[in-house]
Amino acid sequence: MLLFLLRRVLIVLLSAFCLTLIVFLLTNLSPNLEKLAKSEAGTRITDREVAVWLEQHGHARPLLVRYASWLGLAPAWAPPGRHLPGQCAAAAEDDADAPRYCGILQGNWGTSTVFRGDVATILGVRLALTGNLMLWVMLVMVPSALLVGVLAGMREGSVTDRTLSSFSIVTSATPEYVSGVILIAVFASSMTGLKWFSGTAGSVADKGPSFDTMVLPVTTIALYGMGYVARMTRASMAEVMTQQYIRTARLKGVSFRNVVLKHALRNALIAPFTVIMLQFPWLLNGVVIVETLFNYKGFGWTLVEAAGANDIDLMLGCSVVAVVVVLVTQLLSDLGYVLLNPRIRVH
Amino acid sequence: MDPLGTGAIILTILGRFWPVWIGIAAIFALSFRFKRRLGLYGRLFDSPVAMAGLALVLFWAFTAIFTDAIATYGTLEQVSQMKNKPPGTPTPDGTGWFLLGGDHLARDVFSRMVAGSRIVIIIAPFSTAVAFMVGITLGLPAGYYGGRLDTFLSFAANLILAFPVILLFYLLVTPEIADTGLPQYLALVLFLFPILFLSVFVNARYRVTPGVRNWALLAIGVFCGYVYISLVSEPGTAIAILPAALDAISVPTNILIVFVSVVFVNSPTVFRIVRGLTLDIKTRDYVAAAKTRGEGLWYIMLWEILPNARGPLIVDFCLRVGYTTILLGTLGFFGLGLSPESPDWGSTINSGRRLLTIVPFPAIVPAVALMSLVLGLNLLADGLREESLKD
Amino acid sequence: MTDQTSRDPILEIENVSISFSTRLREIPAVMDFSCAVMAGEAMGLVGESGCGKSTVALAVMCDLGRNGRITSGSIRFKGRDLTTMKDDELRQIRGSEIAMIYQEPMASLNPAMKVGAQLAEVPMTHQRMARSEAWALARQIVADVRLPDPERILNAYPHQLSGGQQQRIVIAMALMAKPALLILDEPTTALDVTVEAGIVALVKELGAKYGTSMLFISHNLGLVLDVCDQICVMYSGEAVETGNVGDVFTDMRHPYTQALFRSIPLPGADKNERPLISIPGNFPLPHERPEGCNFGPRCGYFDPGRCDAADIPMKAIAGDARHETRCLRWSEIDWSALPQASATREKRPPGEVVLRVDDLRKYYTVSSNPFGGGATRIVKANETLSFEARAGETLAIVGESGCGKSTFARMLMGLETATAGRLEAFGSSLEDIPIEKRDADTIANLQMVFQNPFDTLNPSMSVGRQITRALEIFGRSNTDPERESAMLKLLDMVKLPRAFSERMPRQLSGGQKQRVGIARAFAGGAKIVVADEPVSALDVSVQAAVIDLLLNIQRQNETTLLFISHDLSIVRYLSDRIVVMYLGHVVETGTTEQVFSPPYHPYTEALLSAVPIADPKVERKLILLDGEIPSAIDTPPGCPFQTRCHWKSRIGSNLCEREIPPIRTLADGHLLKCHLSDDDLAHMEPVFASERGCN
Repeated sequence: MLLFLLRRVLIVLLSAFCLTLIVFLLTNLSPNLEKLAKSEAGTRITDREVAVWLEQHGHARPLLVRYASWLGLAPAWAPPGRHLPGQCAAAAEDDADAPRYCGILQGNWGTSTVFRGDVATILGVRLALTGNLMLWVMLVMVPSALLVGVLAGMREGSVTDRTLSSFSIVTSATPEYVSGVILIAVFASSMTGLKWFSGTAGSVADKGPSFDTMVLPVTTIALYGMGYVARMTRASMAEVMTQQYIRTARLKGVSFRNVVLKHALRNALIAPFTVIMLQFPWLLNGVVIVETLFNYKGFGWTLVEAAGANDIDLMLGCSVVAVVVVLVTQLLSDLGYVLLNPRIRVH
Repeated sequence: MDPLGTGAIILTILGRFWPVWIGIAAIFALSFRFKRRLGLYGRLFDSPVAMAGLALVLFWAFTAIFTDAIATYGTLEQVSQMKNKPPGTPTPDGTGWFLLGGDHLARDVFSRMVAGSRIVIIIAPFSTAVAFMVGITLGLPAGYYGGRLDTFLSFAANLILAFPVILLFYLLVTPEIADTGLPQYLALVLFLFPILFLSVFVNARYRVTPGVRNWALLAIGVFCGYVYISLVSEPGTAIAILPAALDAISVPTNILIVFVSVVFVNSPTVFRIVRGLTLDIKTRDYVAAAKTRGEGLWYIMLWEILPNARGPLIVDFCLRVGYTTILLGTLGFFGLGLSPESPDWGSTINSGRRLLTIVPFPAIVPAVALMSLVLGLNLLADGLREESLKD
Repeated sequence: MTDQTSRDPILEIENVSISFSTRLREIPAVMDFSCAVMAGEAMGLVGESGCGKSTVALAVMCDLGRNGRITSGSIRFKGRDLTTMKDDELRQIRGSEIAMIYQEPMASLNPAMKVGAQLAEVPMTHQRMARSEAWALARQIVADVRLPDPERILNAYPHQLSGGQQQRIVIAMALMAKPALLILDEPTTALDVTVEAGIVALVKELGAKYGTSMLFISHNLGLVLDVCDQICVMYSGEAVETGNVGDVFTDMRHPYTQALFRSIPLPGADKNERPLISIPGNFPLPHERPEGCNFGPRCGYFDPGRCDAADIPMKAIAGDARHETRCLRWSEIDWSALPQASATREKRPPGEVVLRVDDLRKYYTVSSNPFGGGATRIVKANETLSFEARAGETLAIVGESGCGKSTFARMLMGLETATAGRLEAFGSSLEDIPIEKRDADTIANLQMVFQNPFDTLNPSMSVGRQITRALEIFGRSNTDPERESAMLKLLDMVKLPRAFSERMPRQLSGGQKQRVGIARAFAGGAKIVVADEPVSALDVSVQAAVIDLLLNIQRQNETTLLFISHDLSIVRYLSDRIVVMYLGHVVETGTTEQVFSPPYHPYTEALLSAVPIADPKVERKLILLDGEIPSAIDTPPGCPFQTRCHWKSRIGSNLCEREIPPIRTLADGHLLKCHLSDDDLAHMEPVFASERGCN
């Protein structure tokens, strides 16, 4: 078991390394750097001046060296004339105290050019907001999806099954930007005049979440994911219900209720568990769309802002967070699967 | 002219779609007539779910074909005084109505929605098809050989899958990346797979009859090679092999980027599905029989394994076209790749959402259109799955 | 059981018809079926697959699914009609009064629930027993079905038990509530013969102990003879003959029953002098049943105008008790007439040696950890295999699952390479040449017929195309028209209509697919054909025809046939020489007569005694083996068979546990791997005791 864990962790680390390298490459392409130089040093500077600016700020070093120093494996960039690193120089009182290595591994995520602040701090605030949103989404989505799936798959082909299946197929065909638009138009616009909830969640960042502002964003994300998870659960449940051991239980005289609760449920939930865990990266996607649509200033919104403004350090930071979230959920889903399924449990 | 009421709007719209109705009716009539001879496709007409799905998909396919006959105005045509008007408003010159209202630039929402179908109907199935070729060409050997090749390819696939899609789009679909020519190089690699796939396919089948094999390979090489070069090459960009005069197929760079990134995102999933199916099917006796007959590896993969994996793959193809439609919408929604005035549904939703609470129609109409297409594809996939299991 | 109790029927099925509704039509699965099971009696339900025997069982449980329903008739259990009962009442009866044992033990146990919990659930549901009490009862019953270490078993998950143990658990589960009626649906089909023998003995013993009535469903006539008092033979949805086991086995009064007995290899059958007689034609599909007698089109006594006129009722046979037949002509037929002897064949002398196996070994390394990594262990799939095969002879390789017979086939075919030793075919060594490196001639000369007919043909390629492809690959003909005609000739050879070349595999029956598989194997004029259990998945009446075909082609081409099987009846019928394998070792080699008569290897003896024989005249000595076949990962030290051997006590000083026995030559070509002394071997008794003059 330990060995398995170790192997998985190693693979995760290797993946994280590869992914950050790719992101670093893509965000540090020469056109991006040129744009950065122009936005920092003035839009009308000549190509010559751009080259000089890049040289001065350490962007002219070989790419792998820059990646290593961003990671914190190579010494940080020290501008010419000073023999001390520039990146972390601000943190130190005088040059002698400043550390030579100053990258992600040392806790320095760089500086955002859009929000004019430390990337780590910005991400912390934004992630907390998004975490709040995700929490509510999970609380709404998972139980209802499982319930819908189990009820539908319990008696395949019944009226309940057909109704619930239609519902989940419609929601899984409705991406967030479609359901969000429709929900706003129905519940928050002048078209129907309902105006029950707020169509924007921009105030959450300052005033904290409220029912009024959270309902629509949470529903929008939950609906799309729910359709998918519910369909998986239904398929799994329907398959389990045709298994021979269910017939055995039925012919033992066990009541239908107990057949479902004691015999079918655990077996039926093994497959959707993985799906739910792998839903996290998906939620990340939904989060970006919904946060943009509702102006909810969380992680997704930050990512869009950073990408739009060529904020390299912030984008790198966002990518690291996203990649880690995805990889960790994959790891957890593997482990959970092993724990849920006695057939592959290690003794 | 008077504004139209709700009933009149619906009737007029239904009337505008007349070529679509005829097309759907013709296909359904023919299919019903020859239902028992059409195999799996014919059996779709036994299931109401599948028929509903097929009807929706056909509706949008025919809309894309007959766009010019259905649309009432040009996609970029701005009619003065029609800015943000509600549905059914007559135009000032009295020539017609904006059936579903006007957007913030005084363009006809209905016509733009109709024209938007064309972009989706062209890009989504083709990019999915290319993604399938890539996934199949790599997934078959990974599942069949296993070992290091499998470890490496699976790791690479998982790597791409670990990227949040939106982040990947933000990294790939930017003007800066387009300048470096990266998408074109990617296209260079990705579009090679269909040719590779076809050649290996034919070679494996006719290995024992070299005469037929050589002619077939030559034909594939010449035809596909030309299509390939003219697809990839674009005068004035990083890859300009063919002179403009010989370049038969001209794909605008921004469309190419969208196409390539969608293929890039979809291929790893297809790879994983094909690999899983291969792992399962390679244990069958008929594969062992082919081995004991001394068949080549690619023959076994392409003629013994692949045809028997087609059921799940066809189902997944339908789902994946739907998913690609959603991806295209996502790209449009974030204003990536396609130009802002493009009538595709994602971009229209994006431009319409700013005034959503006041003028909802410009965003709702393409949103519903997109949803109905995806729904149709999902229903079709469900129907296909159910019917193929009923054997 | 006394005469008194056997007078009251526990279960009475009267004129029941069952049908399933599909989208296209209503399919009648069972028509006008009647039978009665008396208290303490065991009723055998016999028939080929698709005859409706399992449907009857499910109808008794009233569990026909959403599409199935009983259209007429009644099923009375202890006088109460089950067909009109409400769900609640039914649930009271299921599991407590009527219990069922299934074909696939692994599939019928819940994989995510401990065995103990699944057992205890029965009394907890029906008798509202307390949990601890129910577990105590479960422990007692588990000991009753003779499972070692009940405490550990109760706390295990099903996947941690072996197939035989799982089936014992399913039996224990059925016995938890001491039911009055036990329904067994092919309870041993998925198990090895030596394990099957143990389960059958257990079922018989427990049935007598608790006085349970049984409805025993099987396709194996030998098993039914072993277990049951009454028998009911089914054909295409109808009962065609019922009666007491003795009457039906010796004085059958229905042509189908007769044909069935003639198509199974009984000890007297011989491929040269008394070949099997297969039933002509195919089993009718439910919606294509003929008018009148269902068996009419395949029946040798068919009388047009009478047999196909109207539905035929069951008629009582005068003179026998409870013996009925569904045949109009039963009183006109001369039942004692011997079958028309089909052309006997003369025995051929074996040719020169074409295949030589010498000290061949195959080891696999597997990781003991399911996630890879960790310590690796060695699986010894084949240990020191040595034997040879001659041109034109049939060599049978016999053994139970895990004995390494399929591994050997894979090595011979080049799908695996040997770890050590020599494998020589036609004078060239093949042990380390994988299939990719073999030349076209070797490949064409060495072909294989696979076990599972549903898996042997590529489902998405037409029959003709698959045979043509083999011809292309073997390079036997050069042009398309040549190949086309060669392919049609191959279809003729396996007695399939030429029109089949256009068909897809799914349009063929199991037997027909197997014929295509044979045609494909012989496409290149193969000299050695490995047949890996080619008929074990087929129904008995089809088995005979496929075996006959295989032998005929072998004779024409002078092919060496390596027939891999676990079924000793078939092996005895068709093979010239036999190799018996156990856990990767060859334990005995010899001609068929040598292997089937003493002295035996102790394993061969147990194997012979475990095979049920459908002939009441043959009496066999019952030798039950303890325990399970050890896994090839944990092979016991010394003799591989020492953990289950009955003769081990004869050998002193733990010799069996220390040393692998040497190979001894007993007679010309009769080799044995055993420590037993010559004296012990000489005093071995034959397994078939009262078998006189059959051989």
